[in-house]
Amino acid sequence: MNDKDRTALEGVTPRLCLKGITKQFPGCRANDGVDLSLLPGEIHALLGENGAGKSTLVKIIYGILHADEGEMLWEGKAVSVDNPAAARALGIGMVFQHFSLFDSLTVAENIALGLDRPGRMAALPARIVEVSERYGLPLDPARPVHNLSVGERQRVEIVRSLLGEPRLLIMDEPTSVLTPQEVERLFVTLRQLAAEGRTILYISHKLEEIRALCDRATVLRGGRVAASCDPRVTSARDMAEMMIGSELTTPDRRAETLAEGEALLQVSGLFTTSDDPFATNIKGASLSVRAGEIVGIAGVAGNGQTELLSALSGEVPLPKPEMVSICGTPAGHLGPRARRRLGLAFVPEERLGRGAVPDMTLADNALLSGYGSGGLVRRGLVRFGRTKRHADRIIERFGVAARGHGSQARSLSGGNLQKFIIGREIMQKPRLLIVAQPTWGVDAGAAAAIHQALIDMARNGAAVLVISQDLDELFALSDRIAVIHGGRLSEAVPAADSSIERIGLLMGGVFDNGKTEADHAPA
Amino acid sequence: MLRLEARPTPSTAALLLSPVLAIALTLLTGMALFAVLGFDPVKTVAAYFIKPLDSAYGLSELAVKATPLLLCAIGLALGFRANIWNIGAEGQLIMGAVAGSGVALFLRPEHGAAWVLPAMFAAGALGGMAWASIPAVLKLRFNASEILTSLMLTYVADLFLRWLVNGPWRDPDGYNFPQSPMFEPDAIIPPLLEGTRLGFGAVLALAVALGGWFLLSRTFLGFQIKVIGLTAAAAGYAGFNSARITWMSLLLSGGLAGIAGLNEVAGPIGQLTPFVSPGYGFTAIIVAFLGRLHPFGILLASLMLALTYLGGEAAQISLGLPVAVTSVFQGLLLFFLLACEVLIRYRLRPQRAASRRESRG
Amino acid sequence: MTETVAILVSMILAAAPLLFAALGELITEKSGVLNLGVEGMMLAGAVTGFAVTASGHDPWLGVIAAAAAGAAVAAIFGVLTLLLLANQVATGLALTMFGIGLSALVGKPFVGIPLEKLPALPIPLLGRIPFFGPLLFQHDGMIYLAVLLTLGVHLFLTRTRAGLIVRAVGENHDAAHALGYPVRLIRFGCVLFGGALAGLGGAYLSLAYTPMWAQNMTAGRGWIALALVVFATWKPWRVLAGALLFGGFTMAQLHAQGLGLAVPPEFLAMLPYLATMLVLVAISRDATRIRLNAPACIGKLFHPDD
Repeated sequence: MNDKDRTALEGVTPRLCLKGITKQFPGCRANDGVDLSLLPGEIHALLGENGAGKSTLVKIIYGILHADEGEMLWEGKAVSVDNPAAARALGIGMVFQHFSLFDSLTVAENIALGLDRPGRMAALPARIVEVSERYGLPLDPARPVHNLSVGERQRVEIVRSLLGEPRLLIMDEPTSVLTPQEVERLFVTLRQLAAEGRTILYISHKLEEIRALCDRATVLRGGRVAASCDPRVTSARDMAEMMIGSELTTPDRRAETLAEGEALLQVSGLFTTSDDPFATNIKGASLSVRAGEIVGIAGVAGNGQTELLSALSGEVPLPKPEMVSICGTPAGHLGPRARRRLGLAFVPEERLGRGAVPDMTLADNALLSGYGSGGLVRRGLVRFGRTKRHADRIIERFGVAARGHGSQARSLSGGNLQKFIIGREIMQKPRLLIVAQPTWGVDAGAAAAIHQALIDMARNGAAVLVISQDLDELFALSDRIAVIHGGRLSEAVPAADSSIERIGLLMGGVFDNGKTEADHAPA
Repeated sequence: MLRLEARPTPSTAALLLSPVLAIALTLLTGMALFAVLGFDPVKTVAAYFIKPLDSAYGLSELAVKATPLLLCAIGLALGFRANIWNIGAEGQLIMGAVAGSGVALFLRPEHGAAWVLPAMFAAGALGGMAWASIPAVLKLRFNASEILTSLMLTYVADLFLRWLVNGPWRDPDGYNFPQSPMFEPDAIIPPLLEGTRLGFGAVLALAVALGGWFLLSRTFLGFQIKVIGLTAAAAGYAGFNSARITWMSLLLSGGLAGIAGLNEVAGPIGQLTPFVSPGYGFTAIIVAFLGRLHPFGILLASLMLALTYLGGEAAQISLGLPVAVTSVFQGLLLFFLLACEVLIRYRLRPQRAASRRESRG
Repeated sequence: MTETVAILVSMILAAAPLLFAALGELITEKSGVLNLGVEGMMLAGAVTGFAVTASGHDPWLGVIAAAAAGAAVAAIFGVLTLLLLANQVATGLALTMFGIGLSALVGKPFVGIPLEKLPALPIPLLGRIPFFGPLLFQHDGMIYLAVLLTLGVHLFLTRTRAGLIVRAVGENHDAAHALGYPVRLIRFGCVLFGGALAGLGGAYLSLAYTPMWAQNMTAGRGWIALALVVFATWKPWRVLAGALLFGGFTMAQLHAQGLGLAVPPEFLAMLPYLATMLVLVAISRDATRIRLNAPACIGKLFHPDD
């Protein structure tokens, strides 16, 4: 909304007004005296780092949590929101970052399960089509959800919320799973909703998007309101410093790439198959990663990243050994143990539950991938003293905040566990390091440390492959970037020669000259 | 109203005390059960749990009954730790007894008697292993649940045994009773102590318990077993060979069950009958859980459950208590143990009024 | 009744206990719970139904009591696994052992007591059709009940909102919880239903099939019912077909002797168990099929605050 409208609205009752909201958890004060005021028809950004208190505040608004102190005014009247159903009854809708969808059920069934007053089942598909078309979010009510892309699944969540006619719609990190083009389409929808007089509360840490979309922004830091600003006239750098509270430090990048080293990872004609009917199989991927370089693979979740990593790591064996070569040796038929002996180390996307065993100590977890080197296992027996010292070394060198090697993995925060896992892999001095989603959900300090560690590895002659959804991260780290879509891998182009828009098109499946994936598919 | 709140670290106190609490609750429920059945609760508990232990012979019988439980449970526990659910130990026990009896009945000791017993033990182990290899193959090649296949094989083994003792292996001088001929003296396990039925099997069981402890806590194989059972995806990440562990745990538990079976027929019984085991293979499952899947705990648990068998027999003779009470006890014990386990990972907290509203939806 | 009809009818009767138990377990598993205690619940129903009827009451009262007994035993399982978060496999096994023991104890005074079979309820008119009449329409009430339940379970799951919610809970319990559904309550209800139906299956054995009580009389049928649910890929009509197939195997024992085959009776008795294994292998090797049809959350622990 523009300034003219804004002055006209001065004196208009805010849709939602929070005063002095405070919430204490054991060990941390998630929200501390937060004031917030949202006007009708505005798109309001809630900014902050991971752990700043955005999720808690929004859960309080939606009735999932209760504030310890403070009050909430809805359209001028004091209210107490006891649970999400009460929130929805008031007119508050929320689209979560993690979807609540049922893969084997249809779109209509999924939406029916999320409605408070479902009405007649037979009438629902028509209502879904009507709402989805009105707001530019086309959906087929009869399709099973497991067939939908991530962007389409988000549409199901949004349409579900819209059917409840919300006057305030909260969007929690909506664009982390979208291609740049899908983000644009979402913005069109949100602007349309705002023009209807609805309020949008937009939670994100993506500064450029906020600058493009939002009218006002509130910045949270450490549970408090650190600043308010108008994103349209504030620079991204200034907003970033408001979020972090200090000078921004960019990672120490090498200006020029090393001379061409040997290809430590060579992928040729990689094809995968799977028992899982919902898997996205790799269809003929080729890639090489040389010593001293960082190659990034961009892509929205669900396009084959998991299958690619399992094929590269050896967790899923391949029919032809030549499909994946590590340090010159064909390795497709080898398991992770043998590939580690060839010089591979890898960090999966799932930390607790794959990269680490939640109920085991850090010492035991150090053994998980380190048993082949460092003399931790001898003649079939585990050398506990050595293992514990090894874990201590990882903790110290990578600044992991933990109470020693005896802490259980599940007791660490996301960022610290990730530092431990990456540190564990780096300490094995691998020649090839593959990392998936390295800083997803990790606080800024740990993320910067992880990025620096990856850059240092490349500087010391290792080949590094990073698979990530975060384009900013990939452009900051990579020498070359490829895109994965529908199981196909694009050519890896030098980052300097590309741009976010170009990569975004590739992520959406549009390969050269505007032709789509489907046009290129074999007949 | 109380609610469960996750503990930051598992409670060691609860870990050690939950079996004790479960035993106490079982005893209390047992006393109530006795009362309902019309028996004096205190006298019956004494007859059941205390009287059997008041003589040296009684203690030796405790060990005799604990031996098959211990042997089976160690093998089962290693499997359970790796998420391999061998429920058919009873069938493997039977087949081990059959295989060992075959050696006893048909390998006449013309060449010297000393090797007969070791051959029988080996045959018992092989018989159990062979029977356990079937669920292993079916699981690894066809993805079939080892719970159902090993269990179905138990019924098959039982019927096979009945056919043998009613048919081809029936004692011609046995008055048509379904039983094999008695084994020759050198095919019977001699007692270690005069006047008891305690034989070499008990020593073997203790050695197996020690070996199991060492395997689990000190070796890399034990580490792999634990990881596979806790977080299968992490085991894949580490590159552990789950198929090999599946084979190993099924063959090991089968082999140990087979030895237990052989130990029964060549020791206390002395011939092959349809009643080789009063369900030791199933009770061993309870022993494994009561012992918290840890070899030393299993040692104690096997003694406890052996007592329920002894007590059942004793109370039946002295008071006329139905033998079925034993299985009820064993089932109750497992129930209470499972119920008490929750206290290890969670603690009970009164539900605050505000937090009761603090729920989704 | 002709020879063929007699054989087919015996298959139907043998199938009935399996059908009851498997339908119940199907609903339980659809909600995401794996209850291995079917054998114990069936025995609880069998002994209760027999005890009530043999004490002089109407057999249908015995049937109702059997369902209640099965549900009561299932409730123990429900409390342990849903409230106290016990391991589902171990608790199911405990339930089986406890059920075997308790039913043996309760049934002791009733061993060897004769009882009249549940009376047949021939359907007028339809019962007179040649061949199909005696085959389908001259059974006792429980057979008709079993078929009605098959239809009922199918309609419940595919046409009702409640059935949709049950499927959702079994598919993704975290999402269902986030949407505000009481996951544990729904699962508890499904567990009780499974127990009640298993109780009916047991009651059929002791009141109609062979009207008598003997220790452990289910002889593994509960386990076969579990395999049946997998074999039917969790679809009610396929459970019916599978139950008939297994009924056939159980009957093979008797009819092979009639046909003069010189196979020792023990080997014939092995047939249902071997057939179960075979069938399980056949269906399990298609891992993709299993992934598509099995409730995704089956057996997984659920705690609302985690």
